[in-house]
Amino acid sequence: MKKTLRAMLGATALIASTTTAAFADTTLTIATVNNGDMIRMQGLTEDFTKKNPGIELEWVTLEENVLRTRVTQDVATKGGQFDVMTIGTYEVPIWGKQGWLVSMNDLPDSYDVDDLLPAIRGGLTVDGELYAAPFYGESSMVMYRKDLMEKAGMEMPDAPSWHFIRRAAAKMTDKDEGIYGVCLRGKAGWGENMAFLTATANSFGARWFDEDWNAQFDSPEWKEALTFYIDMMTAYGPPGASSNGFNENLALFQQGKCGMWIDATVAASFVTNPKDSTVADKVGFALAPDNGLGKRGNWLWAWSLAIPAGTDDEDAAKKFIAWATSKDYLALVAENEGWANVPPGTRTSLYENAEYAKVPFAKMTLDSINEADPTAPTVDPVPYTGVQFVAIPEFQGIATAVGQQFSAALAGQTSVDDALANAQKLTEREMKRAGYMK
Amino acid sequence: MARAISARRKALNTAIAWTIGAMIFFPILWTFLTSFKTEAQAIADPPIFFLFDWTTENYTTVQERSNYFRHFWNSVVISIGSTIIGLAIAIPAAWSMAFVPSKHTRNILMWMLSTKMLPPVGVLVPIYLLFRDLKLLDTQFGLIIVLTLINLPIIVWMLYTYFKEIPGEVLEAARMDGATLRSEVLYILLPMAVPGIASTMLLNIILAWNEAFWTLNLTAAKAAPLTAFIASYSSPEGLFYAKLSAASTMAIAPILIMGWFSQKQLVRGLTFGAVK
Repeated sequence: MKKTLRAMLGATALIASTTTAAFADTTLTIATVNNGDMIRMQGLTEDFTKKNPGIELEWVTLEENVLRTRVTQDVATKGGQFDVMTIGTYEVPIWGKQGWLVSMNDLPDSYDVDDLLPAIRGGLTVDGELYAAPFYGESSMVMYRKDLMEKAGMEMPDAPSWHFIRRAAAKMTDKDEGIYGVCLRGKAGWGENMAFLTATANSFGARWFDEDWNAQFDSPEWKEALTFYIDMMTAYGPPGASSNGFNENLALFQQGKCGMWIDATVAASFVTNPKDSTVADKVGFALAPDNGLGKRGNWLWAWSLAIPAGTDDEDAAKKFIAWATSKDYLALVAENEGWANVPPGTRTSLYENAEYAKVPFAKMTLDSINEADPTAPTVDPVPYTGVQFVAIPEFQGIATAVGQQFSAALAGQTSVDDALANAQKLTEREMKRAGYMK
Repeated sequence: MARAISARRKALNTAIAWTIGAMIFFPILWTFLTSFKTEAQAIADPPIFFLFDWTTENYTTVQERSNYFRHFWNSVVISIGSTIIGLAIAIPAAWSMAFVPSKHTRNILMWMLSTKMLPPVGVLVPIYLLFRDLKLLDTQFGLIIVLTLINLPIIVWMLYTYFKEIPGEVLEAARMDGATLRSEVLYILLPMAVPGIASTMLLNIILAWNEAFWTLNLTAAKAAPLTAFIASYSSPEGLFYAKLSAASTMAIAPILIMGWFSQKQLVRGLTFGAVK
């Protein structure tokens, strides 16, 4: 009986381990997100495998939040499941400091690391070590309906103020026609409403923490920022805005229901795509608004490729990353899919390219990225880096809880004052627990 | 004595049952319809029900981008493997609890059930570390073990309930005729409990097929089942509802078809012993 059981277990293990026999010398497992640019990359990998015989690629595509959990637990436990990970500007500084990532300082000269946009490169560097190579970079900007703006008798400046946005929203709103002046994120989450609100708060002079890590939600700047956002959304936003994230607002904008939408620059290629968008030829772009304080309400993010420390195939992984984030790759995409589909926001040379300059949202994307400074994100000095996030491990949990308070305030379930008081209380508690505050 | 039910009452009950049924089934129907729309139609407001140009474009894209059959095969191996091992452990366990109970049987049953009360994420890190050290990460075998263990309490409980319904005297008679323990279980108990075992098996396969916490957390590329296949089409930045719906339809179709054909056994098994 024992023998039979052992044989059965052995046989099952054998079958399990041989189901995906790899004949290549090296198989790289790459964890990535289901975003358009990543999917395009998967379709073009033949170019890489042809140039690098002996390296096979296995893709693990996951939804962003699932991916984040999955790669975090793997890198933290040194599980060794992935050779290349797609991570963002939030993770890179934290993981780099922990020694979880392989340094990219030794990329070949042909890679031309100095060509990377300084803001993006800065966000991926810790103590002089580059820990990830940017695959595409994004900021946020205003996308607006040129026809509705004209109808309202207004003209969108390249760099609008928040008060202009509010005035324009009031004039563009026509609730009987189902048109809402402004669509903004309201769904709770550190990467949802808090990305938008943290960046917005920066432009109102607010900050998450002072230089001694004291929470600042009790400051008049936060009150002004949140009150402005909630008043504007209540008066001119779509119904049920507290459950709208990127995708919901994208759907509304594409159906012609929003006058303005302030969100990720990557959305520009979606809303101008006539296949999916009913307003493709009517969209204009402008920088994210400001309040005259020297900071704009735009964020900075770069989906980047990194190698977890301890992988067996470091050299092959580096070869792959150098290929996927190279100038040649951008040219390859342009050749196969057109310039509008090239992953934006990583290289200076791309923006010097005359062909790329013809893409309608190219200039505004670059200007938006250059406006954001992750090392000095706020009007007053802060002890952290990150524009729409605070690059500390505790931020995800705290910001999601704060996001729930602000989302509830938008839904009218609580007042601005109560939401801010609760945010202050819970942030103080968590920061004390984590040992930042005495 | 059965109560006489008026025709009106009957019609009302039928209407309520159909309404509830339709409400439960609606998300599946909507997913199915969306999978044949373009991405623009999928988000149209007001929503379009049937009057659109049906397209199979999403299915083609999904097929091109993902290796559906590898995920499908992983799902089959994992769900059937965990069910077979689970039954092999649970049948003797349920037999002993139903026919030779000790004073601790009740406590053991409750204790087994209590393991289901812990949120799985609570033991994620220890299990992940164990799997890493035993080289079980991203293997079908590893997932079979985990899914067997997490579904074992349900299998034992279900089988225990069915076995309790079988008169112990029948087994006693067999024993008096000289049947060994093995032949008692194999030739007397199992044939009598076939409907119960069949429904337990079906339910366990469905649970293992749909399990989306461990299967996502313990796999990468090689052993990822259909749950990971669906997860790869969800995106917070980009509207891929039509493709996601196509992937979901492809993932649930096999289990839905299996459930359809075996619904008699399932219903009979689930209501077994409910009415005395």
